[in-house]
Amino acid sequence: MNFKQYGRPAVIAIAAALALSSCAANEGAAPDKAASDLSGTINAGGASSQQAAQEAWTAAFQTTNPDVTINYDPSGSGAGREAFISGGSDFAGSDSFLKDEELAGEFATCAPDAKAVDLPVYISPIAVIFNVEGVTDLNLDAATLAKIFKGDITTWNDPAIAALNKDAKLPSTPITAVHRSDDSGTTKNFADYLGQNAPDVWTEKAEDPFPYKTGEGAQGTSGVVDAVTNGVGTIGYADASRAGDLGVAKIKVGDKFVGYTADAAAAVVNDSPLVEGRDASDLAIALDRKTTDATHYPLVLVSYAIVCTEYADADKAALVKEYVGYMAGAEGQAEAAKSAGAAPLSTELQDKVAAVLKTVK
Amino acid sequence: MTTAVDRDALRTTQRVGDRVFSTATIVAGSLILAVLAAVAIFLFVQSIPAFLAVPEDFDPGVSNFWAYVWPLAFGTLWSALLALIMAIPVAIGIALFISHYAPRKVSQGLGYIIDLLAAVPSVVFGLWGIGVLAPMLQPFYSTLVEWFGWFPLFAGPVSGTGRTIFTVAIVLAVMVLPIITAISREVFLQTPVLHEEAALALGATRWEMITMAVLPFGRAGIISAAMLGLGRALGETMAVAMVLSPSPQVIFQLLTSQNPTTIAANIALNFPEAHGVGVNILLATGLILFVITLAVNMLARYIINRRKAFSGAN
Repeated sequence: MNFKQYGRPAVIAIAAALALSSCAANEGAAPDKAASDLSGTINAGGASSQQAAQEAWTAAFQTTNPDVTINYDPSGSGAGREAFISGGSDFAGSDSFLKDEELAGEFATCAPDAKAVDLPVYISPIAVIFNVEGVTDLNLDAATLAKIFKGDITTWNDPAIAALNKDAKLPSTPITAVHRSDDSGTTKNFADYLGQNAPDVWTEKAEDPFPYKTGEGAQGTSGVVDAVTNGVGTIGYADASRAGDLGVAKIKVGDKFVGYTADAAAAVVNDSPLVEGRDASDLAIALDRKTTDATHYPLVLVSYAIVCTEYADADKAALVKEYVGYMAGAEGQAEAAKSAGAAPLSTELQDKVAAVLKTVK
Repeated sequence: MTTAVDRDALRTTQRVGDRVFSTATIVAGSLILAVLAAVAIFLFVQSIPAFLAVPEDFDPGVSNFWAYVWPLAFGTLWSALLALIMAIPVAIGIALFISHYAPRKVSQGLGYIIDLLAAVPSVVFGLWGIGVLAPMLQPFYSTLVEWFGWFPLFAGPVSGTGRTIFTVAIVLAVMVLPIITAISREVFLQTPVLHEEAALALGATRWEMITMAVLPFGRAGIISAAMLGLGRALGETMAVAMVLSPSPQVIFQLLTSQNPTTIAANIALNFPEAHGVGVNILLATGLILFVITLAVNMLARYIINRRKAFSGAN
């Protein structure tokens, strides 16, 4: 290879790369508050649904607290909880709250005899997206949606769909129902919604993998959105922030059809009861999927931060308290809404999380 | 033949360079064996919990590891086979065109372009597959199912997105094309000119000369090229994971939404969220892929060795 010919551009490219990489994204804004005295490292991991939000939170938090380093490993909810329980991380992000058997065990990160609690920090509405020629609005109830994804309804002009959409001109195109091919909390929440509202149709337990061998699989949220966009007669489910220009179906709540909004998603989380039989400081939410209140959008994913009630290391406790407090606070929620398209927690719930965090030692 | 005296003479003339170099080659040679052994041991040890896993550790409907891995192994072989069926004739055609038909200038340029194809990362092929190829082929699939749905391979219902195993096979075929072409071309160029000229002198046309002299000479080479291509197709991960709409079952239909997935793609899709025994199960499927690839390569060696005696080379 002729070095002289390529050498110069290569040198310039390397120099430019070095110059650009030396200013990382999270150093962009000058700290506007007085620098805090917090310092140290938080290692956390878990739900990949929180990844975009965690990146935004980390960047903002490290700007105001320059001596703090936060590492969030989006390894998945199960892996995140496992790492936290075995003492490998300081808090866990998880799309499901701690199981009873996990709560019964020991937590290596926490002080002896201290337990861990679930704090909701991230709400994401799940949108039912579709791409059908000539159809812009679509109303679906849970039973019909379940039948579509289970493969019982195979064409768009099926009487069950037509009955819910009197004004739409439904084509005879076959339905291609797209689900996640990788394990996902989105699938679990979608399946939970269908299982609770249409138990006769959706008989499988809600888990991370898609339970039926029907329909079409696509990798990740972007894969599903892509498949629905490029396909013919497609329907899928994805984080609402990623729906883009695709048609979004309204789901039946009570006797009305409700589209997703951040408020409706936050409302159903706010009005749902806490899981029974747990410590008062554990804010695990038993989502009211069967709500009949038309201001609710029950197809949501709630992701938690799982923290200790008392840490073995008091410095860690201070750091985690501050960071999770920021995440679940008004500022953090606004940041997540802006950069990850999340639905902000209601102020009531924000206050509850703050109250629990105050007791963390 | 070397006598004992000669060998002594050789030994005495060994210099430092000889010793350093021979040691270096021995180290390099054993290193590759050590790495292979390390990978095999790692896979095997990590796989043991998967073989002992209880039904609750698997997806619903799967009772043990073998039931879990069988559809994946099938999908791996099936997609690679389809890809090879498409790629081999085209690759041989390109190789023959470059070696025997094209003018020198064109053949050089074409050779470079084929090599360039080998340099495209598989992620890019994956993006091309979902972004361009699948939507482009979907209407074609619809027509195919409509008219030829009676043929078992083309039975419906057709996929609405085109992300089927047939699309994957096309992407894989494009990916293995450069390897097969490059090796076949080299082999064809090695054909003894005397053989070719003899054929022509006997009144053979160019096509007859190729069937009589070039192809018999290159048969072992074509087989080894195909096997190297097969190796890449079997292990291809990213492109399959991105393009395919997977469903872990044994299905022969090419154009539906449910397609048998491959071991490598299945690992890539499920590893990020796997935990506990799930990780071991995925690693165990990796062990199976390792065994399949090894078996395929050994088979290829066997075929090549057996056919060598009959090739035109001697």
